[in-house]
Amino acid sequence: MQNLYLHWLANFLTKYYFYRYLKKNMKQIIEGKAYVLGNDIDTDQIIPAEHLVYSLSDPEEKKNYGKFALSGVPADGAGLPDGNNAFINGGKFESEFAIIVGGKNFGCGSSREHAPACLEIAGIQAIVAESYARIFYRNSVDGGFFIPFETPDKLAEETRTGDKLIIDVEKESLTNETTGKSYTLNSLGEVIEIIRAGNIFEYARQSGLIPSDKT
Amino acid sequence: MGMTITEKILAAHAGKDKVQPGENVWVDVDVLMTHDVCGPGTIGIFKEQFGNNAKVFDREKIVIIPDHYIFTEDKHANRNIDILREFVSEQNLPYYYDVGTENYKGVCHLALAQEGHNRPGEVLFGTDSHTCTSGAFGMFSTGIGNTDAAFILGTGKLWVKVPESMQFNFTGEFPDYIMAKDIILQVIGDIGVDGATYRTMEWTGEAVMDFSMEERMTLCNMAIEGGGKNAIIEADDVTFDYVKKRTDKPYTVYKSDSDANYYLKKTYDASSMEPVVAKPHSPDNKALAKECRDVKINRSYIGSCTGGKYTDFLAAAELLSGKKVAVDTFIVPATTEVLKDLERETLEGKTLMEIFKDAGCEIGDASCAACLGGPQDTFGRTHGTEVVVSTTNRNFPGRMGSKQSEVYLASPYTAAASALTGHITDPREMLN
Repeated sequence: MQNLYLHWLANFLTKYYFYRYLKKNMKQIIEGKAYVLGNDIDTDQIIPAEHLVYSLSDPEEKKNYGKFALSGVPADGAGLPDGNNAFINGGKFESEFAIIVGGKNFGCGSSREHAPACLEIAGIQAIVAESYARIFYRNSVDGGFFIPFETPDKLAEETRTGDKLIIDVEKESLTNETTGKSYTLNSLGEVIEIIRAGNIFEYARQSGLIPSDKT
Repeated sequence: MGMTITEKILAAHAGKDKVQPGENVWVDVDVLMTHDVCGPGTIGIFKEQFGNNAKVFDREKIVIIPDHYIFTEDKHANRNIDILREFVSEQNLPYYYDVGTENYKGVCHLALAQEGHNRPGEVLFGTDSHTCTSGAFGMFSTGIGNTDAAFILGTGKLWVKVPESMQFNFTGEFPDYIMAKDIILQVIGDIGVDGATYRTMEWTGEAVMDFSMEERMTLCNMAIEGGGKNAIIEADDVTFDYVKKRTDKPYTVYKSDSDANYYLKKTYDASSMEPVVAKPHSPDNKALAKECRDVKINRSYIGSCTGGKYTDFLAAAELLSGKKVAVDTFIVPATTEVLKDLERETLEGKTLMEIFKDAGCEIGDASCAACLGGPQDTFGRTHGTEVVVSTTNRNFPGRMGSKQSEVYLASPYTAAASALTGHITDPREMLN
């Protein structure tokens, strides 16, 4: 009986401190410059297949993914509405942009997790799109790369690359500081639990689906 | 209310009597497939999350098929194969089809079928979006990323949102010049590249059931280009015959109930179908082949999980037999078994391989090759402003290598007919 109580207490305290840790660490406000893209941005445009050879575990080698992020987007569609806006400036692996604004069916095509990974490596903290292809959305959430927000508005048509955006995660709202317009984002629904936990592994640990300590 | 095949399979694997579209369930996984592009990342996450000494959940349920970057000098790509080898040996995995050995197969989706890993009623996940191909066997199969695959490696489970089903029903008979590729391009053109997002594409009707397993695989293969989560065709005698030759593992056959609920039911008259292409740069940019006569091409490419199976080459050989191609034509068998078929099977007294060589085609080794561009030295990859007619599955900008090249997706008949004329050609012009 005592053992059972101690077990319960240990479990409770782990979860309590874990949630406190999360609340402190999950970014509530995401702000930065917008990079605007069109509809049907597929995974070959996000990270062309010839670059899928680098290690995702090696911290130095994986910087290559940042370097080539969005390198497959044709010039006229790169950074709308004007186009010809480089996402990454020559030789760097981090972008000056923090938020991608996309149209419909963002991330369609391959299941390569290198796609959300390369955007995170390049410094992307959130994507706001009209809709997503299923596997890209799932990879973004389960892998904990960034938050894939959906918007009911045609945000890609109302935002210019370089506009300063502020996302309030808790309130699910977006403000374009450059234009002064505010938007309501779609609710994240049930995947918010995985996003809060960090990724599918942490979610499964918290729900007791897998042991809470890494072996 | 009854259930669809997909709902029944997911319910059975979630330990439930019934599931409903939209519901999230944890399912038990029968097969996890990975390859050289996503395997190393998956293994990295598995070790990070479960520890360096962790064992996979069930070594009999993991299948590793290197197929993407095989015949290349790229040192990173070759290093990735070594990572697979090391993991296979450390975990003592029985189903690994290693490069440079007799056991090498080629494109994973066809290799899964040919090696008996596709079985009706099962749940298969793969780190490749065209994993939906296996739905041709009446099983649930879909593509996932490295993180989800690593989760399965450690636990044997994954969460799935039960998809709504869309039914595409083809009554009557397809004309001889129509291939499964024409049908999937027609349907994607009708619903758009996100028309089936989050949903199942269920194929039914006597015309579909007249298709061989290879043609059924083509139909299911491109569900992802419609955004679909999975595709499915009820298993029948054609399925059982194919599976029986390749595995003796038991399986369960599920059928959709007549009162199952569908998001959409669409019926087509099979006899009215025409050869179609998808113009650059989207698989839903549909046009009739006969409307594209003015499009000059300088390359024809026949290969991949979509269009590199035995039946695809048989169709191409019918048109190329005794003739010479007018443009560079690349023949890439999906697997080593298909390569053997090309060397053995004959048409008008010649093997298919002889027909292709005599016609002036270039023959590549079994692999994904230029379907997705790949390293610079990949066979058939585009490097400039090539205009390609291709039996592959995607024509987004840069998909076959160069951002400046243009790709027209088409059936093997249309790709072969166009290879002979140098412009997009409706195969009826050659078949009559």
